[in-house]
Amino acid sequence: MSHITSSVRTPLVTGGKTYADVTEDISRQVEGKPTREWTIAFTISVIVLLYGTACVFWTWWEGLGVWGLNKTVGWAWDITNFVWWVGIGHAGTLISAILLLFRQKWRTAVNRSAEAMTIFAVLCAASFILMHMGRPWLAYWALPLPNTFGSLWVNFKSPLVWDVFAISTYFTVSLVFWYMGLLPDLATIRDRARNKVSRYIYGALSLGWNGSAKTWARYEYMSLILAGLSTPLVLSVHTIVSMDFATSVVPGWHTTIFPPYFVAGAIFSGFAMVQNLVLIIRVVFKLEDYITLEHIESMNKVITLTGSIVGVAYLTEFFIAWYSGVEFESYAFINRATGPYWWAYLTMMTCNVVSPQLFWVRSIRRSVVWTFVIAVVVNIGMWFERFVIIVTSLHRDYLPSSWAMFHPTLFDISDYLFSFGFFFTLFLLFAKFLPVVNMSEVKAIIKSSSEKLPQSVSGVSKGERVTAPTFNKDAE
Amino acid sequence: MSELSNKFLVGIFDDDDVVLKAVREVKDAGVRIHEVYSPFAIHGLDVALGHPRSRLGIAAFMFAVSGTLSALLLTAYTEKWDWPMIIGGKDSWSFPTYMPIIFELTVLFCALGMVGTFLLSNNLGPTVNPLMFDLRTTDNKFAMAIDLDRNRMDEGQIEQILKRSGAAEVNLKQF
Repeated sequence: MSHITSSVRTPLVTGGKTYADVTEDISRQVEGKPTREWTIAFTISVIVLLYGTACVFWTWWEGLGVWGLNKTVGWAWDITNFVWWVGIGHAGTLISAILLLFRQKWRTAVNRSAEAMTIFAVLCAASFILMHMGRPWLAYWALPLPNTFGSLWVNFKSPLVWDVFAISTYFTVSLVFWYMGLLPDLATIRDRARNKVSRYIYGALSLGWNGSAKTWARYEYMSLILAGLSTPLVLSVHTIVSMDFATSVVPGWHTTIFPPYFVAGAIFSGFAMVQNLVLIIRVVFKLEDYITLEHIESMNKVITLTGSIVGVAYLTEFFIAWYSGVEFESYAFINRATGPYWWAYLTMMTCNVVSPQLFWVRSIRRSVVWTFVIAVVVNIGMWFERFVIIVTSLHRDYLPSSWAMFHPTLFDISDYLFSFGFFFTLFLLFAKFLPVVNMSEVKAIIKSSSEKLPQSVSGVSKGERVTAPTFNKDAE
Repeated sequence: MSELSNKFLVGIFDDDDVVLKAVREVKDAGVRIHEVYSPFAIHGLDVALGHPRSRLGIAAFMFAVSGTLSALLLTAYTEKWDWPMIIGGKDSWSFPTYMPIIFELTVLFCALGMVGTFLLSNNLGPTVNPLMFDLRTTDNKFAMAIDLDRNRMDEGQIEQILKRSGAAEVNLKQF
């Protein structure tokens, strides 16, 4: 497109790709036979999923007593996993919506897979809601249905009901946004299809997209509005998740800092997960020219920023606990850091506050191996953050005689494993049968961001297309 | 698209900037363009073709307002009239605590309504068989379709104009 790109920017798509190259490189893995690596990874995911499903059904059959919960700690891994997965989802929306509004063109290479991650992560999160209900067949009680179904309407003043609305809206809007983004690429695959079956399937999925100028104009307009809607939506979702805790009177939960702190943490862990997925996709599908070190570096910068916000939030909580003069509040935080769960607290602090600071070193944030390792560390840290918030605030309540510890059982672990099986099964299916990079958006940025122009360019001189400062490949 | 005739002249272009420039040239030469097809959005193309500005934003706003009103109605009816309850010392109808619900339903109605409108207005659906002037337009080519029945000029003349404005090839397409 005729955007002006500063000459100090390095190209987003390397290797001198043409439009046809983009189509070929991305469509190849959709059209070809599954690779060996994919088949192995898929088999493992399905086995984990089947094992996990059996354990989840056993949890429902036998009751929540199979978890390590007790009278004092009534929420533990279930809600930890729920918040963790919802948080991971946030990066996809940030990349697809907020970075669209900020006109960050590098998002085009990663937005498709990040949005897919969002949708699957939200599904995983929702599965923990169903699990911790214990009686999932009554899940519809959370919906605003007339009181002939039960005794009353739902309590609209409860943050848990807000959550029902927030998560389901978030899931629906993300799914629609993602699917609309897929339409042009599905049409590309439909028109390339060599056999009838895939032409029929991708034809139906592409909804008869023909790429006319009128459709494209409306499509761009719609994408912009959807991005505008998704931006406050994603912020609202984790704000409401944090209110599940913040509106209670439990020391350690009852803090006004929670919404911004949870949103920053969500984006932090989400970007870490995007890094993990994208680094694998990049190697397996040979997409190094599309997902370049620039992309990885940009995402690492977001990780450092949000990780630092989370770090400031941890310290602020401590300061406020002391400054408030509330004895219970102070104790909750001292107990977090020095009580029996000190190791969880230390893991959280090291993984979330210290590790992302390594990205200040340019060679580390541009290193694939370092990025992958730190991203895993961040995800572990963010899981522990939720564990620390939930369990350490509950396990020593106002009544010392009821103080208790939480010990996970096999079913706590297996139900968590279920979500991994579920997530990776869906993600691998996505990676095989749908284009992992948004072809039409990459094509749109290729001219202003590619190393060199497609050779087919004719008729229009460079000077006519872009005014100074022009793109030039000698920038670096 | 019901008044579609059968004979089209399709100019194939290799570059988005060329096709954008060609639209103006072809129009200046007095040819009526049916539509341009491209593998990605070309900014300014709809303006160059003279398509009216999309009213999708108005539709989106109306759906958003209907979402807000539905949420207000839902919370007000259930909590104020149908079964008033005082929870947490709040009034049975307390607006601030319903803000999350109102916000979420506004977004939900707006997004679904707008996407539905988009699909309907562009005639998109799982059973739609699109008119493709050239299969390569979803890959790397840009096609300018010219309806021969709606132009006074003859085929040869239009072909000349297309070629002069940068078309790599010109094909005749019949439906």
